[in-house]
Amino acid sequence: MPLATIPFGPQHPVLPEPIHLKLTVEDEVIREAVPALGYVHRGLEKLAEIRDFHQMIQIVERVCGICSMMHAMCYAQCIEELMAIEVPPRARYLRTVWAELHRIHSHLLWLGLFADAFGFESLFMQLWKIREKIMDLQEATAGNRVIVSVNVIGGLRRDLSPDQQQMIARSLAEVEEELKRLESTLLEDYTVQKRTRGKGVVSAAKALELGCVGPTLRGSGVAQDMRMLGYAAYNDLAFEPVVEQDGDCYCRSKVRYREVYQSIDLIRQALARMPEGEISTKVKGRPEGEGIGRVEQPRGEVLYYIRSGGGKYLDRVRIRTPTFANVPVLVAMLPGMYLSDVPVIVLSIDPCISCTER
Amino acid sequence: MFKMTPTILRNFVSRRATRMYPVVVRPPFPGARGALCNDVAVCDFCGICAAKCPSRCIAVDKKSATWQCDPFACICCGICVDVCKTGALRQDPLYRPPSTAREHIFLQGTPAKDRNEKRQTADMAT
Repeated sequence: MPLATIPFGPQHPVLPEPIHLKLTVEDEVIREAVPALGYVHRGLEKLAEIRDFHQMIQIVERVCGICSMMHAMCYAQCIEELMAIEVPPRARYLRTVWAELHRIHSHLLWLGLFADAFGFESLFMQLWKIREKIMDLQEATAGNRVIVSVNVIGGLRRDLSPDQQQMIARSLAEVEEELKRLESTLLEDYTVQKRTRGKGVVSAAKALELGCVGPTLRGSGVAQDMRMLGYAAYNDLAFEPVVEQDGDCYCRSKVRYREVYQSIDLIRQALARMPEGEISTKVKGRPEGEGIGRVEQPRGEVLYYIRSGGGKYLDRVRIRTPTFANVPVLVAMLPGMYLSDVPVIVLSIDPCISCTER
Repeated sequence: MFKMTPTILRNFVSRRATRMYPVVVRPPFPGARGALCNDVAVCDFCGICAAKCPSRCIAVDKKSATWQCDPFACICCGICVDVCKTGALRQDPLYRPPSTAREHIFLQGTPAKDRNEKRQTADMAT
């Protein structure tokens, strides 16, 4: 059978964002996949030259809407380290709460899109219905639905009142109950397993070799999670990375499903141990030197490199997002798979293209 | 396939998840960051909001006492409200309604010079 080349994307019904894959197929089986990126580049890193280091918080939040909290937190932590600022304990706990709320809504969004990718639209609607509760929580506590914009350098702009903490606890109990009801549909259903088990398998060794991060790596059996570094309040909370062994699409979805429960548990712990006190410290001076910040996003590890000459504007902000690290492993997953499995496998790494291209 | 059936049956008897939107509107959360409003009677046109705005959507001229904002460039982050010393700026909990035409907010206040003169004449009157 002669080889043929089929374009997948940049516009495709299952892809919310543009990524182009040139698929070389033999009959229905993929032999080679070549990715092409660069359709939504916005030049956000370049903005560091004309926006001061405080304003950059709002810029980096817009690298990715879904994980805006983690971007701002990672950037703020990096600058705080450069300026040797001690963040108040309450601010560290509050950052954890909002970051975990973000992880829940991001994972629920992905689980819905994943269900949609294998053609299970009613499950997609059910999962997004649950997600709406988290969006409401974010709007009620932070003021904005998606880009919560609570971080500043040295702490936070908003506090959680006891009423709001109770509201979070109540909503999370409902979310947990509804998720438990849907768990068997996504993880035990025969048809769903037919579409996800054994698809896009990547071994632990291969995943590590290709620099894979986040749930994609943990789905292959490697317990690597940046939260283990103990930034924000993670050091004080009981936390164990979620790991699955098989490295296929099913395991990657199972890791994310279990991580939603884990995030609910982490928020409960953080609310229970929340210390009283200030939520921000006064920032004086300007950052100088270079630093690296690492934070676990819903999709994996995000890395910030910041260099500053001591001026109002930063010399360089370099952002390495998790999808950028996961594209090589995606290309390695595709050969040998059927063309009809491509949407499921592509979505299984939770691609965030506008994140990748910044 | 049968795993989803209990959820489907429950949905038949449970309350609907959506609202009949234009008829039923959810009240906004207090503290939600919506449309930006400025009270020019209180504003002293210091221009801190314009300097701190990450999207540079605000333009202030102290001399002529004008405050302008491009609502389409505003990202509703609320930084300007946080830094406002006089408390003139606030965010309405409701979002701006969608618009088909480009809008520009232009607010004219009283220049500081005129305001001082007025105050002096008021003092003299008393």
